[in-house]
Amino acid sequence: MNHPHPPETSNEPLAPGQRLPESERKTFSPEAIAEIQAIMAQYPDKLAATLPALYIAQREFGFVSLAAMRAVAAAIGIPEGHVFGVATFYTMYQKAPVGKFHFQVCTNISCALRGAAQLLEKVCERTGVKPGQGPSPDGMWSVEEVECLAGCGVAPCVQVNQDVYDELVSEDKLVEVMEACKRGEYRPWGY
Amino acid sequence: MAAIRTKPDHHTYTFPGFGSEKFPNLLLRGAGDLNNWHLPVYEQQHEGYVAMRKALQMEPVAVTDEVKASGLRGRGGAGFPAGLKWSFMPKDTPERKLTRYLVCNGDEGEPGTFKDRVILEYNPHQLIEGMIIGGWAMQCAMGYVYIRGEFLWLIEKLEAAIQQARDAGYLGKNILGTGWDYDILVYRGAGAYICGEETALLNSLEGRRGEPRVKPPFPAAKGAFGQPTTVNNVETLAAVPPILRMGGSEYAKIGSPKNSGTRIFGVSGHVKRPGIYELPMGTPMNFLVEELAGGSSTGRKIKAIIPGGASCPMLDEKDFDVPMDFDNLKARGSMGGSGGLIVMDESVCIVQATLRLIRFYAHESCGQCTPCREGCNWMQMILHRIEHGQGRMEDLDLLASLTPRIGMRTLCPLGDAACGPMDSALQKFRHEFEHHIIHKTCYAQGSKLLSSVGAH
Repeated sequence: MNHPHPPETSNEPLAPGQRLPESERKTFSPEAIAEIQAIMAQYPDKLAATLPALYIAQREFGFVSLAAMRAVAAAIGIPEGHVFGVATFYTMYQKAPVGKFHFQVCTNISCALRGAAQLLEKVCERTGVKPGQGPSPDGMWSVEEVECLAGCGVAPCVQVNQDVYDELVSEDKLVEVMEACKRGEYRPWGY
Repeated sequence: MAAIRTKPDHHTYTFPGFGSEKFPNLLLRGAGDLNNWHLPVYEQQHEGYVAMRKALQMEPVAVTDEVKASGLRGRGGAGFPAGLKWSFMPKDTPERKLTRYLVCNGDEGEPGTFKDRVILEYNPHQLIEGMIIGGWAMQCAMGYVYIRGEFLWLIEKLEAAIQQARDAGYLGKNILGTGWDYDILVYRGAGAYICGEETALLNSLEGRRGEPRVKPPFPAAKGAFGQPTTVNNVETLAAVPPILRMGGSEYAKIGSPKNSGTRIFGVSGHVKRPGIYELPMGTPMNFLVEELAGGSSTGRKIKAIIPGGASCPMLDEKDFDVPMDFDNLKARGSMGGSGGLIVMDESVCIVQATLRLIRFYAHESCGQCTPCREGCNWMQMILHRIEHGQGRMEDLDLLASLTPRIGMRTLCPLGDAACGPMDSALQKFRHEFEHHIIHKTCYAQGSKLLSSVGAH
């Protein structure tokens, strides 16, 4: 898998024994810790809580930074290396900051046949950001090109944060979705 | 928890005659009925949990035999007989009590496939019922449903439906007085196509990277958390309640020989009515595409159809009459796959389409086996240069020489899956590749499947 963003938030990878700066250290809220512990109790092996805990980290901290991965490892009590490996393997954990509304445009074949490439161009034009290049200056938008969202019959489809919107064939419908985002009608990023 | 999303899906087509004897509605019984995730609606209007009550009165072995008699083949793509798979699970002996698990594969990521999504949207209780019956047949201690991370709204819906079943006493301790304890847990994936492979899925369920395991040991011997496990697709498990309700031998009469039952076909691409259609196995492909889906939406002729999700080799015009079941599609050099038809009309440049598909496999390769990791990337790069007018004639032979070095040389079928579209495109549409190399433009003028801002 290709990962455009290295997990580090600092410019350089950490040397052995080096500590993250204070501002980049992350700690879970007591509620999040309780949530992670409840998940750990559900499975025969506490390792299984890695994926759900990373989602909790993403919700708590906005994105899965290196510090967030460390917090996950500490909360579950597993090696940090394991959490780094898992977090960088899966594409739904954002390793760099994203906008308040994260547009994930499917450009795979079924969507492409119905104009996903043009839709992606329009999304980029209207939000002013390029795919995978971080949020817009106002922090509102970010765009990502993703693989199949299993909405092939209602293509082209876009996932905004965690909700999928189908059949964005005309530009009006895209504008509608963006306007609704601005009004705050959609769930904000972080689930 | 957020409110359960109930969004009408106008693309759920019930065509004339759907639900009759000719086109039974076994999986999409509640299609279009957005209240079907409520337990009372499912029980009162769609014969819900009748099959479960019947199964719990039977011996576990008898339930497996019933599924065996039905001839149900796994709907995930490989078409392995489900009853046989269930019978591989080791039984308890007087000395040793085993903890067995049933895992439901809901990591639907194959481009062109969107069947599990509709089952979860409209018929979540039928999946739960199927999982209870499967769990009883194999005497499992726990059922896990692994669902791809993008389906958050469906996960919320399924969890709500599971809670209803728990409240009704269908899950939990001592189910309906049988003394059997069983519960279902939903696990959310995080965006990796490879986790649709069963051992990668098990790794992911255990909280690891989704890398396929070396087989043997097969999951039936050592699966989730080291215990015997059976992994079944959402559609396979949802097909179990109708089998128990009508009897295995009765179910076996639907569809074509050795390919019994109905299947959900999803049609996408250039057709007038894209969407999902439940049809008996062995229905001719042109009947589905021309009659039900309305034929080409653009008025242009249909050039190629991918018959079962992106991994299946493409078919051209001469094979459009193929009956859609596992054996017939295999005989025509393609695969039954996951039942997602991708229809492409004459305006589509096959080089662009192939590049788009191969880029998907290059992106989704887990990186464990070298032939797949390197091979898919190289195929992508070679196709990229052909598409951008820098191809050479010998590139075509190079591509053809790459696929036998990837296929069947990896731990899981992802490498083979990438070879399917590549080989078939080269065989059937070689002239388009040659046109691209000589004239440095698409054979099909105006094809625009790749965006200028994305990865290309």
